[in-house]
Amino acid sequence: MNRREFLAATGATLLATACRNTAPPLPPGELLGQDATLGHKLRDGSMPPPTEEKRVPVLIAGGGIAGLSAAWWLQRNGFSDFLLLEGEREAGGNSRSGKNAVSAYPWAAHYLPIPGVEAEYTRLLLAELGVIKGDPRAPKPEYEERYLCAAPAERLFIHGRWQEGLTPQHGVPSSERAEFARFDELIRGWRARKGRDGKRAFALPMALSSRDPDILALDRISMHDWLMSHNLKSPAVHWYANYACRDDYGTNHKEASAWAGLHYFCARTGEASNAEHETVLTWPEGNGWLATRLQEKVAPHIRTGHWVWRIGTDNGRAWADVYLAQENRSVRYHAERLIWAGPMFLLPYVWTDAPEAVRHSARAFTHAPWLIANLTLSAHPASDGGAEMAWDNVLYNSPGLGYINATHQNLQVRKGPTVFTYYRALSDRPPSAARADLLAADYTSLARQVMADLTPAHADLPQLVTRCDIWRWGHAMVRPTVGFVHGAARQQLASAGKAPILLAHADLSGLSIFEEAQYRGVMAAQAVLRRG
Amino acid sequence: MRFALLVSVFVVASCGLAYELIAAAQSSYLLGDSITQFSTVIGVYLFAMGVGSWLSKYITRDLPARFIEIEVMVGVLGGFSASGLFLAYASSAAPFKVILYGLVMLIGILVGLEIPLVMRLLEGEIRFKDLVSQVLSFDYLGALAVSLLFPLVLAPRLGMARTALLFGLLNIAVAIWSWTLFRTKVSRPRYLLALCLGSAVLLLGGFAGADKLTHLAEHQLYQDEMILAETTPYQRIVVTRWKDDYRLFLNGNLQFSSRDEYRYHEALVHPGLASLPWARKVAVLGGGDGLAVREILKYPNIQSVTLVDLDPAMTRLFRDAPILRRLNQDSLHSPKVKVIEADAFKWLDTHPEETFDFIVVDFPDPTNYALGKLYTNLFYRLLERHLVAQGRAIIQSTSPLYARKAFWTVVTTVESVGLNAAPYHVLVPSFGEWGYILVGRDSKEKLAAPPASIPVPTRFITPELWPALFTFPADMSRVPAEVNRLDNQQLVRMFESEWRQVIR
Ligand SMILES: Cc1cc2nc3c(=O)[nH]c(=O)nc-3n(C[C@H](O)[C@H](O)[C@H](O)COP(=O)(O)OP(=O)(O)OC[C@H]3O[C@@H](n4cnc5c(N)ncnc54)[C@H](O)[C@@H]3O)c2cc1C
Repeated sequence: MNRREFLAATGATLLATACRNTAPPLPPGELLGQDATLGHKLRDGSMPPPTEEKRVPVLIAGGGIAGLSAAWWLQRNGFSDFLLLEGEREAGGNSRSGKNAVSAYPWAAHYLPIPGVEAEYTRLLLAELGVIKGDPRAPKPEYEERYLCAAPAERLFIHGRWQEGLTPQHGVPSSERAEFARFDELIRGWRARKGRDGKRAFALPMALSSRDPDILALDRISMHDWLMSHNLKSPAVHWYANYACRDDYGTNHKEASAWAGLHYFCARTGEASNAEHETVLTWPEGNGWLATRLQEKVAPHIRTGHWVWRIGTDNGRAWADVYLAQENRSVRYHAERLIWAGPMFLLPYVWTDAPEAVRHSARAFTHAPWLIANLTLSAHPASDGGAEMAWDNVLYNSPGLGYINATHQNLQVRKGPTVFTYYRALSDRPPSAARADLLAADYTSLARQVMADLTPAHADLPQLVTRCDIWRWGHAMVRPTVGFVHGAARQQLASAGKAPILLAHADLSGLSIFEEAQYRGVMAAQAVLRRG
Repeated sequence: MRFALLVSVFVVASCGLAYELIAAAQSSYLLGDSITQFSTVIGVYLFAMGVGSWLSKYITRDLPARFIEIEVMVGVLGGFSASGLFLAYASSAAPFKVILYGLVMLIGILVGLEIPLVMRLLEGEIRFKDLVSQVLSFDYLGALAVSLLFPLVLAPRLGMARTALLFGLLNIAVAIWSWTLFRTKVSRPRYLLALCLGSAVLLLGGFAGADKLTHLAEHQLYQDEMILAETTPYQRIVVTRWKDDYRLFLNGNLQFSSRDEYRYHEALVHPGLASLPWARKVAVLGGGDGLAVREILKYPNIQSVTLVDLDPAMTRLFRDAPILRRLNQDSLHSPKVKVIEADAFKWLDTHPEETFDFIVVDFPDPTNYALGKLYTNLFYRLLERHLVAQGRAIIQSTSPLYARKAFWTVVTTVESVGLNAAPYHVLVPSFGEWGYILVGRDSKEKLAAPPASIPVPTRFITPELWPALFTFPADMSRVPAEVNRLDNQQLVRMFESEWRQVIR
């Protein structure tokens, strides 16, 4: 090493430390997530046998968006003889949220696109909650402004700089930008496209999409191969498509099907009379706001800390063995109808004598693991002169997706303390291996990964973070891999719900999003009301 | 002798690294984008050092004297580098980047010359192998010392300008020491000593006056004498004076000049308030300078004024500083005035019970998305809810001449929430043609009707002015515009691009 090298090296470390002031210790925080031991006990059936029997006309197992929506629909239609059992201490599932002195923040789901006319139930709910003003069936309803994502909605950290919007531009060669324009053109074509059955190629809920075989054929190739088949090779275009698949499905674009990938880009065509195209609805606590409003509506019927560990049928009626975590004992419920609103991968363990076809299909569902970190900051990071802080702040070519700024929707001018929700889909390795690593990792190693991913974009972050809480989602989202969405297993299970046991979960759509979860919940509730 | 030179190596190396870091830190402070600034400055510096050590082979005679001269040059250039860069930036005499990289290049070359010269000075004393290892280890030690001291102690305690001057003095100390060692071997010892001492005095003077230097730099920015300056968590507040003209700047943007602020504030208050003889309760949102309040308090019918401002330092300054109190005629001391330190949007949202007969909306211009929120339909909808049935509000809203589309966008936005709007404009010499929007539930015609008289003393506004105020000549007449909403914030972009054309 000569003097110049030495100066270069100290210069470089100083560049890091001048901004970072000698790598400060990791912020304090907690590792959160579902109780793994309970999960295993649930699966191997080693729960205490029931010591009491109870009866209820309708039982809903699982209090995520699907279960809560089933309850909401029952109640909305004048039926209130039901109970909703949720295993965790709080309902909400993947739409749960947290809160501290600085802000409320999401633990997973964080936004809802403006729903199109097809998402009828989503619009009805939004109207009930005052999010839509006036007629919810109008082509372009009016929305309450404070729930529309404020500008600037998105920015991207790319090649050392924040740029506006998610389309990679800063430092991207013009040849790649030209490919981007072609990609946009293709997407515009698919958005408008209808199948031979007259239905839209990609609708939300997905069950209303066209069944035209030419369109369904897209499910048999990956999003990556679809791009290649259109001679789209630009790394920026691939990053973008891959980002979309990771963001919405926790799946990389070599595994996600082109049908699912295109669904993300094409299905969200909802419009508002008072919002720009493609604006989304969001709240500081993300979709936790919707989950909480739903819970308020059916609160007297919810029982938390109730794990349903075995279900079955008996003479046309259903039963469920339920573990009461607080009392460490089990109760057997008898019900006319049971709606299973838990994830499908659990079904074979819980419904052990389900028809063979059901068990077989349920085993074909794979789920992506996710890591979410909520970082509390004593102040907003300093601006680097690039694009201003946005709601969704995405990292180009990074292991994580980026972060959501929880105080973005605040009305005040002042930018004070805030919470960043960092998102990372563990999509680069097979889910089971990634999941095992995630669950085995300790706080320090995970927090270090989170900080390492964010610090290049915000050199002053280590000084600002006062807390970093991490949630590990082992089975977060169903994966719409090639052939899955329009494959036999999913279609089988989506229509397997027959009295007395009905099924409701976003898994049944193969796409983990609010509208799908809600649709499946409402469908199950309608079956109950039809006495079907 | 040997030890002495090795110590100078240590010092020289420290200074070399320090200037590199100071230039990098200063440029990222002034230009933003720290990563780019750091890496380009360091890159140029290293290149210059290479050039320096290559040049060193051309120095063959009178080594000690050359070394002393180089030390003095490094000391002076490096020592004044931080304050010089600041001044250059503030006065924008030449393109700042040219000065920055020129300076970095120059210092880099001189620093690059130092070590090879020391090695050759020592050559006679030590065997070459030992020499290299000793010189280099002292070199590294010096660099290490600075690399630790700089971010932890020097920059935060002394500030950039003083840190640079301190290192400059160290270089001069080395020069003086070398002089005492070599004075018998150099040809013009007196001249060299004078050089050393003169530069030491210069740097010491700079050290003592470092604050003045920064001050001077800010003066360049503001042109006039600064009589008050304060940095708050929200903004940098500066008040300047030139003869009897006092000016307030927030983050470098002119807010008023005492020469013509009466025009701005009379036009802000009287067209609305003169027509509301029954009004009792007024709110002022923004406007912590108390000047709008001064105009409002002229009306004996007003019983209470609620002033909502974000920055407690603003209201404190304008309540306590004697010159400013004279300007607002002690309005913030009036028992009728209640000062609330809050974010106005949030405050309106969380205090639905507070309603007013007249509301003055006097916010900074929508120069960023945060301030842009205060010009959205959601804000005006809240404003509407805080007005009594016959109440009115006045909104200051940029220049209809320089930012024509932006002005009419605000008008369109206000109208979109169901309020009627009567826009008018006034010439305020230090701002140019300025726009206001009088809003209420009365018809536009009623809003724009002149009052029989202005019942309070004014210097500028009289009822005769009405037709001229409310008529927009062709170059600022209404243009079609869209509603500014939180989800699009189109006003911020529009405002920026329109003003960029004006300032250029
Ligand atoms: C990181 C992440 C980000 C996301 N972001 C978005 C987004 O921005 N927008 C969006 O629309 N969607 C998003 N989603 C998708 C989200 O999954 C859906 O919006 C929706 O919350 C799914 O609801 P669900 O009811 O189908 O499933 P879940 O949320 O899985 O609900 C199942 C519920 O059943 C409970 N349960 C399970 N087993 C049992 C048992 N044996 N007994 C009792 N209770 C049981 C669970 O505790 C849980 O509460 C995201 C998901 C993740 C993981």
